[in-house]
Amino acid sequence: MALATTIEPSGAKPKRRFAPRTIMLYGILGLAALYYVLPLYVMIVTSLKGMPEIRLGNIFAPPMEITFEPWVKAWSQACTGLYCHGIQVGFWNSVKILVPSVIVSIAVASVNGYALANWRFKGSEVFFTVLLFGAFIPYQVMLYPLVMVLRELGLFATLGGIVLVHTIFGMPINTLLFRNYFASLPPELFKAARVDGAGFWQIFLRIMLPMSLPIFVVGIIIQITGIWNDFLFGVIFAGTQNYPMTVQLNNVVNAVQGVKEYNVNMAATLLTGAVPLIVYFVSGRLFVRGIAAGAVKG
Amino acid sequence: MANAVRPFGLFRNLNAKIAAIPMVLTVIVVFVGCTLWTVIYSFTDSRLLPSSNFVGLAQYQRLWGTDRWNISIGNLAIYGVLSLVFAFVVGFVLAVLMDQKIRFENTFRTIFLYPFALSFIVTGLVWQWILDPALGLPKLAQDMGFTWFNFALLGNQKTVLYALVIAGLWQGTGLVMVLMLAGLRGIDGEIWKASRVDGIPAWRTYIFVVIPMMRGVFVTTLVIVASGIVRVYDLVVAMTSGGPGFASEMPAKYVYDFMFQRSNLGQALAASTVMLVTVFIFVVPWALYEFRQKRR
Repeated sequence: MALATTIEPSGAKPKRRFAPRTIMLYGILGLAALYYVLPLYVMIVTSLKGMPEIRLGNIFAPPMEITFEPWVKAWSQACTGLYCHGIQVGFWNSVKILVPSVIVSIAVASVNGYALANWRFKGSEVFFTVLLFGAFIPYQVMLYPLVMVLRELGLFATLGGIVLVHTIFGMPINTLLFRNYFASLPPELFKAARVDGAGFWQIFLRIMLPMSLPIFVVGIIIQITGIWNDFLFGVIFAGTQNYPMTVQLNNVVNAVQGVKEYNVNMAATLLTGAVPLIVYFVSGRLFVRGIAAGAVKG
Repeated sequence: MANAVRPFGLFRNLNAKIAAIPMVLTVIVVFVGCTLWTVIYSFTDSRLLPSSNFVGLAQYQRLWGTDRWNISIGNLAIYGVLSLVFAFVVGFVLAVLMDQKIRFENTFRTIFLYPFALSFIVTGLVWQWILDPALGLPKLAQDMGFTWFNFALLGNQKTVLYALVIAGLWQGTGLVMVLMLAGLRGIDGEIWKASRVDGIPAWRTYIFVVIPMMRGVFVTTLVIVASGIVRVYDLVVAMTSGGPGFASEMPAKYVYDFMFQRSNLGQALAASTVMLVTVFIFVVPWALYEFRQKRR
């Protein structure tokens, strides 16, 4: 005791493991995490219960008897209006929309970004500025004239039409992404290729493309989640035969007729959320990078 | 910069111009053309089909005299202000907590951000089920004896907007947190050393030093979040369909319904023009601000 008062301790105070501050810190973070995790937990639990158990028990209770029947029913038998072929119809429609939309929009945006970064021409910056402004125009403003344009082109309510629409509205963010990336590459690279006589496409295909795999992955992540989660464009431009999964899911769950089967609904909801969730959990940091890219000023 | 050889006029840099055709078409036809079309035709008496009979501000007069529209605007204001305030406060606080050199940072970030990967449809349907008055959280609260508080937010005209806010925040706060965290990480460590030397408590440093330094991040986040709020549509369709009554109607839904279901194009176009103006009220000053900073 006496020793402790006479000799002053030197250096930083050793941190106590469970200081009140630490407990508060992790306590708040844990509580917040609970709010974010709970809905996913509820979805999973509900989708594994039978209807009698749902009616009797509480919403957070784990299933007493696990059943996969709601999943089967959601996938292959759930009804939207007249048809009862399950959510799988929407799933495959979404895949049919997703694959060409991602390929076309990324191809267009990457070439755009490359041209804007390395081959500026008169007016290119003006177009780019308006393009970025376009990202903020509410979609509702452009819907009706766009319907008229697509009808003129014979693309309204077709797969080609919805692919075109996704390409158009994915363009601002992805062009920005690619432009910023290509502009950050060392300019000597580009100059050297020019001196060697390489042209626009040659430089793009031989030099830029092989160097920019990560940014392509980021762009593809942005587009996959964006297009898969789209509802508004799908309901207007895809046509009833191509309704994407989100539209079909909404029709299944918010159907007026019939008894509500919450377990089937939650299974269908999980199935619809599965694709972006898998992309998110697999891609991790690249997803965050995509978000950050969207946020940096244009 | 890249033109070693300079041919004349239009053919200069030809390949780049060809490559930019999709962008140029998108800008001219969609972003400028379609927007102008909508603004111009909002001054006509179009109903099922576009008409070129101009009637001045009649559509706008009718719009602002329609209960459903005025309720939608009021709803959007309440939803927007609550969402913004909570998204910023919660997002910033979470980011500060995440910035304390904590363990499991990646796990926490993954948890806070995953809802952002999900669609508004999925978000709306999950929360619709959680808040289901008969079987969801309200029932659980009743069973547990919390009778003093009504958890059945969805069935009540006065509270349905709060349910939308809760669901919207669940989906979007992770984004705000990530942007804020990036902003915090971008702040010079010397600032912290200096404030520690001066004995300034951490919370004061955050409020009086760090937040003013993060002005750019705040403004950018505000513009992104706010322009998302003005568009809110899917969430309402999935969660409440605008009900009960018109208690959770939103402008974007008003536009859609009048455009595609009630064949009253003029009203829809006027309403969407109002949405456009609303967004540009905060986007344009922001863009000018950014532009001026860049020129400096």
